[in-house]
Amino acid sequence: MGIIIDRVFANLTKIIAVAVLLLVAWIFTVLLQHSMNSIEYFGFDFITESKWAPNLEKFGALPAIYGSVLSTFLAMILAVPLAIGVAIFLSEIAPAKLKSPVGVSIELLAAIPSVIYGMWGLFYFVPIIRDAFGGIGISMLTAGIVLSIMILPFMAAVTRDAMNTTPDILKESAYALGGTKWDVIKDIVIPYAKAGIIGSFILALGRAIGETMAVTFVMGNVHKISTDLLQPATSIPVTLANEFTEADTDLYYSSLFELSLILLVISFTIISIAKFYFLRRTKVAS
Amino acid sequence: MTHTQKRIIINNVVMVLSTLSALVGIGFLFWILGVLVMNGIDALSWNIFTQEGAPPGYEDSGLKHALIGQFMIVGVATLFGVPLGILAGTYLSEYGQKSKLAETIRDISDIMMSAPSIVIGAFVYAIVVAPMGHFSGWAGSVALTIIMLPIILRTTDDMLQLVPSTLREAAFALGAPKYKVILQVVYRGAKAGILTGILLGVARVAGETAPLLFTSFNDNFLNTDMMEPMASLTVTMYNYATSPYEDWQKLGWAAAFILSMFILSLNILGRLFIMKRKGK
Repeated sequence: MGIIIDRVFANLTKIIAVAVLLLVAWIFTVLLQHSMNSIEYFGFDFITESKWAPNLEKFGALPAIYGSVLSTFLAMILAVPLAIGVAIFLSEIAPAKLKSPVGVSIELLAAIPSVIYGMWGLFYFVPIIRDAFGGIGISMLTAGIVLSIMILPFMAAVTRDAMNTTPDILKESAYALGGTKWDVIKDIVIPYAKAGIIGSFILALGRAIGETMAVTFVMGNVHKISTDLLQPATSIPVTLANEFTEADTDLYYSSLFELSLILLVISFTIISIAKFYFLRRTKVAS
Repeated sequence: MTHTQKRIIINNVVMVLSTLSALVGIGFLFWILGVLVMNGIDALSWNIFTQEGAPPGYEDSGLKHALIGQFMIVGVATLFGVPLGILAGTYLSEYGQKSKLAETIRDISDIMMSAPSIVIGAFVYAIVVAPMGHFSGWAGSVALTIIMLPIILRTTDDMLQLVPSTLREAAFALGAPKYKVILQVVYRGAKAGILTGILLGVARVAGETAPLLFTSFNDNFLNTDMMEPMASLTVTMYNYATSPYEDWQKLGWAAAFILSMFILSLNILGRLFIMKRKGK
């Protein structure tokens, strides 16, 4: 009797574990199937066409892809230096009394849902941008800034963890040689934790590019490619969030599914690079 | 200026810069928290908990419908996600261990944890909403289950691996079959860790908005039928905040406050469990 239960239990757990793999494969297959219409109709032009006009049955993903890339890029430029600063502060500068409460509050802020960052952005940050630069305040720039603030706690916490993996004995040796704090940081901590730090940045990048709610409030969903950061714009997740329930034709649906597929492939690739190339050895991200 | 002086000056400049950036970063974050608490407390009232949604301008409007909807959608997702995640995690830690299959499942779940949640929404739309022909609470729960699964799976896996193998061996030596060892020894040893994983998993999906937008959709009135579209705090928050009506926006802040406090308490609770475990 015990042997039978044993076997049933072992196989049950295995089936469920394998089902997780199959689920991921299923997600890709379903998205691909539902994109077929648009893939067949537009082919490669879908990615290079910049016109998105549902009323004319014309769907080009370029503005959304451009918006995703640019807003993520802006967010990274702003968040990376801040995250490094916060991480250095937490791991090397802050007195022991401050380390833990500040560290914990940063981690807790990383748990706040992104929709709240978006709401704050809409009510408090949009007016600031509007007053400072003119325009309506709903813009690519606003989206980039709100996004950078949203990924900051996650990025800072993971970067700090990576820096903390540096063995104390290495740092102490450098201090014993007369190194200043900055010497130790730039010559010991950063080289030692380099892979982990870069990995955590890329992981944050992967999250930022798929982030929906923090940017949906403040981006405007306008399918236009503009180099003016103060113009409203769109990104893949913003388009999906705004238009999925409005799609009324098969081609429209299919185009939205193709956008989802593109987004999934992009973020899968970015996250895999972070996980497998940079974080494999350091194991800091978990 | 000697070389040493130069190094000290550079050091001081960097220290000041990084402390400043820490201040800026932390300042922004506390600004958001402050805004949330101020607006949230300002908008809280008994009506929030006792009244349903109403057209803008009505005084007796609340979030009862969204609170109940949120509870049901997240509750059902937890009911499915937790046992499935724990069993799959058990396989990784106790049976698969370092095998290629187990490692692949770990890697894929790690990636899934950071994958865009709106894409999961699109997937569930295709497999649940489209065949049914309408949005439903079930669809929302399915989406959240998919998001929760890898989180529970990986924490269970990690936590079970922390249980010392001598405990397992001792139980095997007494003649216990493997399933009994797992159920009665390993699970017991990893209880606090698994519980933390569950709390963090629930906290994570409770704040998800994007995958609910086109699965459970929304409803401005109380609905407890999972077959029908259902309100959730997050989607209600989104709709109310983007509306032009001030009283709706106020309700949106109340929803944001309640949800954040819920999620923060789950996170703090989870930390306490882990700390208690380490303290032993």
